[in-house]
Amino acid sequence: MMAVFVALFILCSFTIDGFLSAANMEGLTLAVSTIGIVACTMLFCLASGDFDLSVGSVLACSGVLSALVTVTTGSVVIGALAGVCIGGLVGLFNGIVIAFFRINALITTLATMQIVRGLALLFADGKSIFVPNPRFCALGTGNIAGVPVPVLILVVFFIFFGLLLGRTVFGRNTLAIGGNKEAAHLAGIRVRFYKIMIFSMQGVVAGFAGVILASRMEIGDPKVGVSFELQVISACVLGGVSLTGGVGSMIYVVSGVLIMGTVENAMNLTNVPTFWQYVVRGGILLTAVLFDQFRQNPGALRNVLKSFKRKPQM
Amino acid sequence: MNEPQIEFRHVTKVFPGVRALEDVSFSVARGSIRGLVGENGAGKSTLLKILSGAYQPTEGEIHIGGKRRNYNNTLGAIASGVAVIYQELHLVPDLSVAENLFLGHLPHHSGILKSRELYAKARDLLAQLGEDINPRARVRRLPIAQRQMVEIAKALSRGANTIAFDEPTSSLSGREIQKLFEIIRGLKLQGKAVLYVTHRMEEIFELCDSVTVLRDGRHIETFEDMREVTQDILVNRMVGRNIENIFNYHARERGEAALEVTGIAGKGLSKPATFKVHKGEILGIFGLVGAGRTELLKLIYGAVPPDEGTVRLLGRNIIFRHPRQAIRHGVMLCPEDRKAEGIFPVRSVMENLNISARRKNGFLIYEKWEQYNAEKRVEDFNIRTPSLKQLILNLSGGNQQKVILGRWLSENVKVILLDEPTRGIDIGAKSEIYSIMYRLAKEGIAIVMVSSDLPEALGVCDRLMVMRDGEISGYLERGEFDSQKAMNLALPVQRNEGVA
Ligand SMILES: Nc1ncnc2c1ncn2[C@@H]1O[C@H](COP(=O)(O)OP(=O)(O)OP(=O)(O)O)[C@@H](O)[C@H]1O
Ligand SMILES: [Mg+2]
Repeated sequence: MMAVFVALFILCSFTIDGFLSAANMEGLTLAVSTIGIVACTMLFCLASGDFDLSVGSVLACSGVLSALVTVTTGSVVIGALAGVCIGGLVGLFNGIVIAFFRINALITTLATMQIVRGLALLFADGKSIFVPNPRFCALGTGNIAGVPVPVLILVVFFIFFGLLLGRTVFGRNTLAIGGNKEAAHLAGIRVRFYKIMIFSMQGVVAGFAGVILASRMEIGDPKVGVSFELQVISACVLGGVSLTGGVGSMIYVVSGVLIMGTVENAMNLTNVPTFWQYVVRGGILLTAVLFDQFRQNPGALRNVLKSFKRKPQM
Repeated sequence: MNEPQIEFRHVTKVFPGVRALEDVSFSVARGSIRGLVGENGAGKSTLLKILSGAYQPTEGEIHIGGKRRNYNNTLGAIASGVAVIYQELHLVPDLSVAENLFLGHLPHHSGILKSRELYAKARDLLAQLGEDINPRARVRRLPIAQRQMVEIAKALSRGANTIAFDEPTSSLSGREIQKLFEIIRGLKLQGKAVLYVTHRMEEIFELCDSVTVLRDGRHIETFEDMREVTQDILVNRMVGRNIENIFNYHARERGEAALEVTGIAGKGLSKPATFKVHKGEILGIFGLVGAGRTELLKLIYGAVPPDEGTVRLLGRNIIFRHPRQAIRHGVMLCPEDRKAEGIFPVRSVMENLNISARRKNGFLIYEKWEQYNAEKRVEDFNIRTPSLKQLILNLSGGNQQKVILGRWLSENVKVILLDEPTRGIDIGAKSEIYSIMYRLAKEGIAIVMVSSDLPEALGVCDRLMVMRDGEISGYLERGEFDSQKAMNLALPVQRNEGVA
């Protein structure tokens, strides 16, 4: 998939004016930073055979809360902490429900997705919360050596979580749980503990992403991030992470996120109408997944074609 | 001579990095039972999967009933009257028996299910096999033997006249095996062609009319007349060398008690169990499927936390509440159900070997050690894999089993609980595993081995504990080993005798 990204990138740089400009590159990377950050931990959820639909709501809720707390206390640090904490709490809650009560992750996070969205709207009383504090905005709008802070954070996250998944016991055990939960239990892996850790981590990171987003926008908006969870999962799957668990690596996520960002960016630069953008996005996701399937199993394509040609004898 | 029902002509199958079958040709006559034998990874299951349409041959063709078949899916195979009963059964666990039987052609009236007809037909079909299974029961609830009967009934319901079995007896016990054999003989009398894969030589001689040997994906020899072969010849053709005595038992010194279990009770046991196993001892647990042997091991290991009871490990009292604790204390369990509880299918052989023996180098995994460890296990157990990176699901069944055994021996062990360790393993590898067990016992490790294979239990163990209906029914010392005694302890007691 990385090769697909590189090809796409080269294609865009030759065909689209201004694609390679510094300003556009900054825009492109900044645009994917939120999705990318959350995708890092979504990778762990997917690798362990679950998923988390509550991240979009957590994004909004933590943004609102951090804005609110910053405005009332005047302290940016406490505000940011509040945002991260609410994320962590939601994640912990998800993890406990899933691990101890054995409720399916889809249902659990579908429920918390709505609960947390409701909380965000309640906290904010349905309005966006403006934060007139320049220090609050530093996290989201600042630069270090010309690179926007959210992009730097994204890079650090990619590296950190990439190592965590691929090179540590925690990561390998996560993949093992996704591969076969029962075998993992018998092999001495504390499956419940891992589930709770993975969902808490996801919550904390989504909360953190919410704070960064609010700081970039300078407002805490309770309506932000609707269908964000699906974009994050799309990015992961686009890169080749398996939805059934057990298979995944950070390089997949990086390529998925970059492909997604490049396509969006190219569509904006070439003024593709918004309605068409949806069609293109969906189409690309499907193509990518099909492509990946046939690349792994070249015989499958031939079989599909064959079975179209000849009706089975029944 | 009957005309051939199945004919393989120059069948070759290549997987990336592996030639699983190489120019295999032979045929099976109508109304006959053909045995198919070979080492782990010889290509037996691959051949059956080609027959069932799950795989396409890279080269060559298959003729069924005299006509060339070129189906590219299992549906086509079913339409040609071919059914394959796999090593791992393929039923939908949460559907009822009847629904499983007629899956794909459920009786219906313009799309609406005709339940009464469904269950009546299912009952008839099962009765034909002489099986007393409730057609409304969820398949998940059935013991493995009955699930297999459901698979066979399913094949018959589709009018199969070519039936292949892939190690069907690996999870059955004596009586169930006899029942299965009767059914297979019945199929033969009805003029069906049967292809029968097994690692148990005695079954070949008991059941089959002829036998074909595969080695390294090649057809080595077909014996049309069973009178021409002996077990030794067969084994020699399979492995390419002679194996003298597969058990090769030597008496060992019995040390102090290593594991003492007192009054352990919990799920699957009808009475609390008390027993001990000594250092350097191999204790066998024999019994019929469903006697509570697996459950007993799981309670000790903490996979299922016990309700009560104590465990003394080398003089210290501990109760394991989680497998992790057991592993830390040097108690290992090698589980029975390979697919559901053993392998991590989409992970590599190396990962599967190292999963519970992780070495860390600070924060990160110590890759070099893991590589070294995996290489050593692959060599020790003679695991056939093109590389350590190969996904374990692409290995043959027996080689997967060896990987799992290798995983548990990676640790610093004191007590090993083995649940059917040689299921699906070829005769050469079995004798290797026995000698590894002897070596470990000699080093002072206590071994508990559950086995449904009575000759194996009697051949390998120092002492035999027999279980029946969730409780321990008796012990036999090596000196008094006798298959009749063991069977008597294992078979259910006749209730009416008890009253009189
Ligand atoms: N899907 C696959 N991809 C790659 N290699 C495979 C695949 N299936 C089987 N193989 C390889 O083909 C060879 C033959 O495997 P097969 O399962 O047919 O052996 P077998 O004779 O049934 O052995 P066993 O007695 O252990 O069940 C093995 O080396 C195996 O690793
Ligand atoms: Mg096999």
